[in-house]
Amino acid sequence: MTALNTKANINGPDEFYADLLSVHEGLTKEQSDALNARLILLMANHIGDREVLSQALRAAALKD
Amino acid sequence: MSKIFEVPLYPYQRCADQDQATPVRHKVVVVGAGPVGLALAIDLAMQDVPVVVIDENDKVSWGSRAICFAKRPLEILDRLGCGDPMVDKGVVWNLGKVYFDERQVFGFNLLPEEGHKRPAFINLQQYYMEQYLVDRVRQLQAEGKPIELRGGNKVVEVTQDDERAELTISTPDGPYRVQADFAIACDGAASPIRTMMGLDFVGRVFEDNFLIADVVMEAKFPTERWFWFDPPFNRGQSALLHKQPDNVWRIDFQLGWDIDRAEELKPENIDRRLKAMLGDDISYELEWSSIYTFQCRRMDKFHQGRVIFAGDAAHQVSPFGARGANSGLQDTDNLAWKLKLVIDGKAPVTLLDSYDAERVHGADENILNSSRSTDFITPKSEISRIFRDAVLDLSERYEATRPMVNSGRLSVPCTYDGSPLNGDDCALMPARTRPGSPMVDAPVPGGWLLDRTGFGFQLMTIDENAPEALDVDGIEVKRLALTTPGDADGYLKQRYLGDANSAVYLVRPDQHVAARWDHYDEAAVKAALLKAIGR
Repeated sequence: MTALNTKANINGPDEFYADLLSVHEGLTKEQSDALNARLILLMANHIGDREVLSQALRAAALKD
Repeated sequence: MSKIFEVPLYPYQRCADQDQATPVRHKVVVVGAGPVGLALAIDLAMQDVPVVVIDENDKVSWGSRAICFAKRPLEILDRLGCGDPMVDKGVVWNLGKVYFDERQVFGFNLLPEEGHKRPAFINLQQYYMEQYLVDRVRQLQAEGKPIELRGGNKVVEVTQDDERAELTISTPDGPYRVQADFAIACDGAASPIRTMMGLDFVGRVFEDNFLIADVVMEAKFPTERWFWFDPPFNRGQSALLHKQPDNVWRIDFQLGWDIDRAEELKPENIDRRLKAMLGDDISYELEWSSIYTFQCRRMDKFHQGRVIFAGDAAHQVSPFGARGANSGLQDTDNLAWKLKLVIDGKAPVTLLDSYDAERVHGADENILNSSRSTDFITPKSEISRIFRDAVLDLSERYEATRPMVNSGRLSVPCTYDGSPLNGDDCALMPARTRPGSPMVDAPVPGGWLLDRTGFGFQLMTIDENAPEALDVDGIEVKRLALTTPGDADGYLKQRYLGDANSAVYLVRPDQHVAARWDHYDEAAVKAALLKAIGR
C-alpha cells in the first residue's frame, strides 16, 4: 500500500513556493480561489490513488 | 385532436364487489395504475395470481413526466411482453453534451456495450408507456388471465391484521370495501396510503424549483442530451434539452428556491425563457409544463405487513439520473415472484422481508447517486461552487476531471450484494454476474439469453451436465443448457465463465443470479434454491 509522502520531496522548495505565489499575483480573491481549486483537482488526479488521497485529505484537515 | 392523456382509458364501471354485503376477498389489490402498479399487476397476472388494480383516475399520466428508460427496465418489460412497443416508439440516444457558461465543455458517448438485445437508454413519454401497459392488460384479459383494472376507484381507508388488508374505496356510486391477502401501494410520491397509515417518509429536501416545458417543435438539434451549467439564458442555474418521440422536446430550467410559481408558469414567461434559450425565431407548441421540487427520501421499511409499498410511494429521488420509474420497475420485478411463491404457499411469508432488504439497498444506491448529482448541479456552499466550476473549467481542456462532471449518473441495474437470498459464489467467474446481480444479456443460438429466462427458477449450464428439471420441495427448476461452441463471439465466456471452464448458474424468476458453481452438485443447488426462497 502506498502511503502519503509527508517527508520533504520537492527539489527547490523556495523556487516552488515562489512559483505558487507568482501564479496568484494580480488575481482577485475569487480568481485565486478558483485557481487553487483547479490546482487541487489536477494534483489529485495525478496522484490517483484513493488511499493516498484520503490520507492527504485527513492530513490537510490536521486530523492525524 | 385530443391528446393521448386526455382520453379516458379505463373509465369507472360499477363492479360486482360493490353489491356484496361483506367485503370480497382478493389475492392482491394494487393501488395505482401508473407504470409501477401496472407492471406489477401484469407480472402477477402472467403468473396466474389474481390481481385487481384500482386507480382514482381513468387516464394515462398527464404530460410526459418520466421520459428516460434504461436497459434493465426494458428487459423487465420484455419479460412482461411490453418491451417491443416501447423500444419501437422510443428514441434511442447515446450522445450527450455538457455546456458551461457559453462554452461546450465536452461531449460524451455512452458507448453501449455490444451483445445486448436492448439499448442503454430510450426516451419515451410516460403516457405512451402507460398506454402500452394498459394495452397489455387488455391482451391478458382477452387470454383469460385474472387481471382487472378499475378506474374512478379511490382508496379512502386502509386497515390490516395478520391475515389481510382491508380497503375502503370511494366511487361515484358510493363507497365499498374489499379485502386482499396483500395490498400493494403504488400510489406515487404523495402516497395517500402511506399518509393514511401514518408512516414516515424521511430524507433530504432540496430547496430548488425546476420548470419542465415539453414542447413540440421541428428542430434540427441532434438526438443528444444537452446539459447547461450556468448558461447565459439561465444565469446561475442549469438547463436540459432532451428529445422524445413525435418531435417533443423536454426542456428543463432550474429556477432556484424563491420563485413565484404562478408567474413562472404563465405561457408568456415560458415563451420568454424558451426564446432566450433557442432563439427568437423558434416556433413551437407547448404540450405540457410543470414546476417541480424534489426530495431524496425513502420509507424506513417498504414491507408493512399486508401492505407493501413500491415505486415513488416507497422512495423518491431527484429526476437527474432517471432513477424514479426505472427503480420502480425494479421493485415490481423483485416483488412479483416473491408474492407468487408466498400466495401459493411455497415460500414463507418472511420471504417478503427480502424485498425490503434488496430494494431498500437499491433505493439507498439511487438516493446516494441522485443526491450527489444534485449537489454538483446546485452547489450548496461557496466552496462547493468553486470546486464545481473548477471541474467544469478544467474539463474543457483536460480529460482528467471529466469523470467528475455530474449532470446525473444514469440509472444502472442494482446488484443485491449482501442479500439474505444470495448463495454460493465461484471466485473464478466475472464479478458482474456474481450472486445478487441481474443476468447480463448475451446473444445465444436463436435469440437472446434474457428472452429465455424469467418467471421460474432456472439452472443455466455452460459446458456442464445437469438434469433437465429438478423438483425442490414443489418448486420446479428448469435447465437452460448453453455451450461455448454456440458462443462464437465469446460473450458467455466474458460475462459468465471468466476463468472457469464450465458453469452452473441458479437464476431467480427476476433474472437475478442466486448462486453459481463451476460444476453441477445437486445438494448445493437444492440448498441454494431453498435459501433463495427464504427457507
